[in-house]
Amino acid sequence: MARVHVHADRDVCIGAGLCVLTAGAVFDQDDDGIVVVLDEHPSDVAAVRDAVANCPSGALSLTEEG
Amino acid sequence: MTAAPTLPVYMQRNGFEPVPEMAEVRDGAGIERVRNSFGMETWLVTRFADVREVLSDPERFSNARLPARFRRPEGVRQPSADELARMRAGNLLAADPPDHTRLRRMLTPEFTVRRMRRLEPRIREIVDEHLDGMERSGPPADLVAEFALPVPSLVICELLGVPYTDRAAFQQRSTRQLDLRLSMEERIRLGEQSRAYMADLVARAQADPGEDMLGMLVREHGHDLTTDELIGIASLLLIAGHETTANMLGLGTLALLRHPDQLAIVRDEPERVDAAIEELLRWLTIVHTGTAKVATVDTEIAGQPIAAGELVMCALPAANRDPELRTDPERLDVTRGGVGHVAFGHGIHHCLGAPLARMEMRIGFPALLRRFPGLAEVPGTATFRSFSVIYGLTSLQVTW
Repeated sequence: MARVHVHADRDVCIGAGLCVLTAGAVFDQDDDGIVVVLDEHPSDVAAVRDAVANCPSGALSLTEEG
Repeated sequence: MTAAPTLPVYMQRNGFEPVPEMAEVRDGAGIERVRNSFGMETWLVTRFADVREVLSDPERFSNARLPARFRRPEGVRQPSADELARMRAGNLLAADPPDHTRLRRMLTPEFTVRRMRRLEPRIREIVDEHLDGMERSGPPADLVAEFALPVPSLVICELLGVPYTDRAAFQQRSTRQLDLRLSMEERIRLGEQSRAYMADLVARAQADPGEDMLGMLVREHGHDLTTDELIGIASLLLIAGHETTANMLGLGTLALLRHPDQLAIVRDEPERVDAAIEELLRWLTIVHTGTAKVATVDTEIAGQPIAAGELVMCALPAANRDPELRTDPERLDVTRGGVGHVAFGHGIHHCLGAPLARMEMRIGFPALLRRFPGLAEVPGTATFRSFSVIYGLTSLQVTW
């Protein structure tokens, strides 16, 4: 199974927190509300795909690794 | 004198439903030219994917470059450039990056998911107090006046640092500011009164900053924010904080009362409440369009060329009922809700208070339905507020 790599652009993030609601094991917010990736290679890929697709600011991305 | 405007097509609804014309546009050309509530020609974007495209691209579709929005009718004094700048200061909905980014980043820490969880006990207390009040004085009760409006209103007052004892005046002002039946002169006058009220609260916070959000902004960002910006931010948060959740609580309760099987799920199955709220948000979509944008370059949406300078608005209810987003989109099904809708908008202006709104609803709906298991509407009393920028109910008599 291909591994995925989650990336968050903290300069683009607006702190909406949808990723925390969608995939709380993978994303968190720091004290400023900006996204923090807790697990760059998550196993629950479906939830992460949802979070990436729904991120309002487009700060999240996912790359498939070999 | 300006006559009360005809309701633009994107604000017309039959009860919960957008009018059929909206679906016809969405499923046909996808975009149409309409006249907005200011009487100005604008493009109306209706499909989910196109709406997201517009909202995701502030460089192509600007919130800030909207001078025409402020064009006032003949005979009304035109504001000077300086006055305009002061009125727009701090209004995040009238800002583009980098201004918007600077302001939003100051507020983001106040609305994190974790921060909202800390507010949970106090929100629960406020909800319970209002349910106690209904129980003491009813049945019947006006659900809007006794529950849906006062709960979010008190929450935002405490958060922001606005005295709740002033509520009668500011609730009435904000409801009337959003009411398109009033003349533009009247709405401008109300806007000026709101600003004067908030200017006074800001001055007090500057003199003696408290533990609330106004105090925080003064303490932590006082040197980066002008007084006009503080007034603008606080005014926006106050109006957005109670006009939105209040209408979701009122209209959402009516929707559930009219779908008893779904009401039972929200009342009896706590693990399904989050999904139910997302579905109610999608299905009701109380914000008709959000802020108008102006195209900054010649561009294209839904195959339609749009010239630089033209206005673009997004029909959020139509987008949220796009079959591309959900199968059988006209059906309310609280078991299938997910966050992928545009009820809170999308892009950099995505609702700042969304986590607060979600928290208020996930506490409010189940608490109301459990307190009054026999809750029922008094037939014929639900009054929809058609002429408001934000859809909802003006009143709803309930018994139990």
